[in-house]
Amino acid sequence: MKRRTFLVAGLAGTGALLFGWSVLPPRQRLIGSALPEVPNGTLALNGYVAIAPDDTVTVFVPKAEMGQGVHTAIAMLLAEELDCAWSRVRVQHSPIDRIYANLAVARDAVPLHPDDDALLMRSVGWFSDKIMREVGGMITGGSTSVRDLWNPVRDAGALARATLVQEAARRWDVAPESCTVAEGVITSGQRAVRFGELVQGVTELEPASRYSRKAPEAYSIVGRATPRLESAEKSDGTATFGIDVRVDEMLYAAITMAPVIGASVRSVNTDAVTTLPGVTAVVPVRALNGCPEGVAVVADSWYRAQQCLPKLSVQWDEGPNASLSSDAITAQLRAQAAQPGGRSFRDTGNVDDALAVASQTVTATYDVPYLAHTTMEPPNCTVRFRVDRADVWVGTQVPTQARAAVAGILGIDESKVIMHVQLLGGGFGRRLDIDFIAQAAQIARAVPGRAVQLIWSRADDVQHDFYRPACASVMTAALDSSGALLAMRASSASQSIVGAYGARNGVAAAKFDLHKSTAEGMFDQPYAVPAFDVRHHVVQLPVPIGYWRAVGHSHQAFFLESFIDEIAHAAGHDAIHFRGRLLAHHARALRVLELAAERSQWSTTPAAAPDGARVARGVALHRSFGTIVAQVAEISLSPAREIRVHRVICVVDCGLAVNPDGVAQQMESGIVYGLSAALHGEITIANGRVSQRNYDTYKALRLHESPVVETHIVPSMEAPEGIGETGLPPIAPAVANALFALTGERVRQLPLRVSTGTGAE
Amino acid sequence: MQNRTTIRVNGRDINVDAVPDTPLLWVLREQLALTGTKFGCGASQCGACTVLVNGEPVRSCVTPLAAVAAQSVQTIEGVQTGADARIARALHAAWVAHGVPQCGYCQSGMLMSAVALLTGNSNPTDAEIDAAFTGHICRCGSYQRLRAAVHTAARELR
Repeated sequence: MKRRTFLVAGLAGTGALLFGWSVLPPRQRLIGSALPEVPNGTLALNGYVAIAPDDTVTVFVPKAEMGQGVHTAIAMLLAEELDCAWSRVRVQHSPIDRIYANLAVARDAVPLHPDDDALLMRSVGWFSDKIMREVGGMITGGSTSVRDLWNPVRDAGALARATLVQEAARRWDVAPESCTVAEGVITSGQRAVRFGELVQGVTELEPASRYSRKAPEAYSIVGRATPRLESAEKSDGTATFGIDVRVDEMLYAAITMAPVIGASVRSVNTDAVTTLPGVTAVVPVRALNGCPEGVAVVADSWYRAQQCLPKLSVQWDEGPNASLSSDAITAQLRAQAAQPGGRSFRDTGNVDDALAVASQTVTATYDVPYLAHTTMEPPNCTVRFRVDRADVWVGTQVPTQARAAVAGILGIDESKVIMHVQLLGGGFGRRLDIDFIAQAAQIARAVPGRAVQLIWSRADDVQHDFYRPACASVMTAALDSSGALLAMRASSASQSIVGAYGARNGVAAAKFDLHKSTAEGMFDQPYAVPAFDVRHHVVQLPVPIGYWRAVGHSHQAFFLESFIDEIAHAAGHDAIHFRGRLLAHHARALRVLELAAERSQWSTTPAAAPDGARVARGVALHRSFGTIVAQVAEISLSPAREIRVHRVICVVDCGLAVNPDGVAQQMESGIVYGLSAALHGEITIANGRVSQRNYDTYKALRLHESPVVETHIVPSMEAPEGIGETGLPPIAPAVANALFALTGERVRQLPLRVSTGTGAE
Repeated sequence: MQNRTTIRVNGRDINVDAVPDTPLLWVLREQLALTGTKFGCGASQCGACTVLVNGEPVRSCVTPLAAVAAQSVQTIEGVQTGADARIARALHAAWVAHGVPQCGYCQSGMLMSAVALLTGNSNPTDAEIDAAFTGHICRCGSYQRLRAAVHTAARELR
């Protein structure tokens, strides 16, 4: 089926489902089935904000704070419209309610071109918003948080402000229009009242019937570099993550999981362990929500529980994957990518005709390995199951889904499962999965009445992740005699995440797997390629795969931006100049590219490294999650021929930067996370088992390897776009392109490995 | 098997009942509820569990309780009021001012190593800072702000 036909058919089906559903007006995204619970004396004004008599403003944020700064950014948006004092703002994770459903994730799942299909995209968005309001859950992911909440949270702030003004005006018997608000104080003529005074002794306030948002030109909080709200507690050890939860009489669980993908438990020596001091239970754990089969030990100490695991002498049925190897997978993906066919994601012009008349053609095969997330806080979850109630303390990106799974496992109603969402010690997509939550619920069921904290060891985490899929891509380009690009073809092969994720988590919507994440970052870029054929082969493999920071962009950017560099070189053109010609029609992308060239002094020769080694630059530009980022990396080789990245110039157009300091942090973060993958990251499989176990074999970038990042934000009043993942995609190709400039060697695999030969440096 | 071990934690002598090979990390986190010290790798790879023993940074995840018997242990909870309070407070202020933490999980360990660094070196170079943190990992990439914050704290203390 052609791409458009397929989409239209899908939409028609969705439309039929929607028939008869009422449209929730915007106000219904502000006040849920109940107002959030608040302490006595504090007044919740809507689903996003409460005011205490001491003027403390609590903002309820339905997104997980995992380092991306979302709690601060969302609070800024609300405080801006509320006109409260920023110093009085606190954040609390919101309760679960349908009003907090993430609408933006579904919009992003449709494989449409953001520029060429803008109109169609708007209609699809209208449809998908409706669906998500009905069935969607609370999700923190896909760099959607600010995009998703930018409107409702500003509305909630404006509504709260109007409600407070209405009450003050009523008490003073003046027109609300006569009131002004600043720093949490309402003034009319000679009279003034603090927000806190106004809510004193009040148990309910009728929400104002009308409110209006500020003009962005009037912003005094939004757009200013603002320190994250939880900086102090994260710098003195008092911040509480899921793993830090302490409940009376709690127990700890350690788990051993099937070492071979898909293996099952054949036998366990339970008796050898249950009699040991401190041990409460040995619990078999079924494969639910994608977790492997395993056996857990519950004890009075996690270390003790962990020490007991070998004594279980678990015997495994290895199942059908015991000979699986990543070498074979790589070969299979390369072979598949070289085949014709696959699903089309873009098909403009006639690539074959262009190849036939081209004066030069370039073909190259690229590939990337599986990658683990390795959040600093290992997966963990605390569950206490009492007769008809369960409490779940966990850092998760999907609390609604987690709640449903726990309720199902414990056989109680979802309303009886109370989610206590904690700070996340890193997410990067790992905590979109609930495998470890499903395990914790199974374990808690075996020790009713007691809270049990399941903690994975680092080896558990590295060996039982949902990995970024390995992917191969065959790239072909046709150039004319002037070196202009006539046509390009990209044919990639990998597993598809959406279907696998949906299957393991029972997400019905995932049946509409449009496989967008497999080809995103290739078909949806701002470049004008006269004829462009983008296709992807979905390959079925048993390796567990999932969402990893920037998802498809994480590797497609490496393929495309390395290859653009390759063909620029083949055409005899400068890498910036060549990209500039392909972006001549796209003012925003062109500006980002030009700023990157300017700020990096692209046309000059870089100064030598402190040890005298030659330094070279490489550039890459990429659009993901609505945001355009260009990076110029300056690198050299150590005497041992290791890549050293000294400096990265990063230019970002993310629309309005709600918190410019948060944007800069995320650019730095994406670059460091991306460099870990570009220089070190590789999960390999031998005999059906993951070979890596800890940070010694699955390396992460350390301080001495990390570059100085200089971020430049393009000033913009356009609607805000994604930030959490967008700094990552360009860094691998920027470094690979710098490596080519340095050594003349084109490395087409990640992690980048430099040959030991005598290079040109 | 249970043994009673006395350790001095944040200036207080504490009797701990635990098997002597229990890593200090789990004694701190589970028995003493000092959860500021984090579990990251269990293998001295990431530095999240760093505490000071007699002023020296050690990885508590691989330090048996028996090895710190009668020794002085300083954790993130006590460092702002202990012997190194002046340095710890300057570091805390610099951490906030530079916006170092993102997810924040690794930061307790980072700060303990920073305290140890500035205790022995009032004006560290970039290279010396890099060397002091080679045992640490931050997946969020707070590195360049961390380096700047150490310089700022050192300057404030001079």
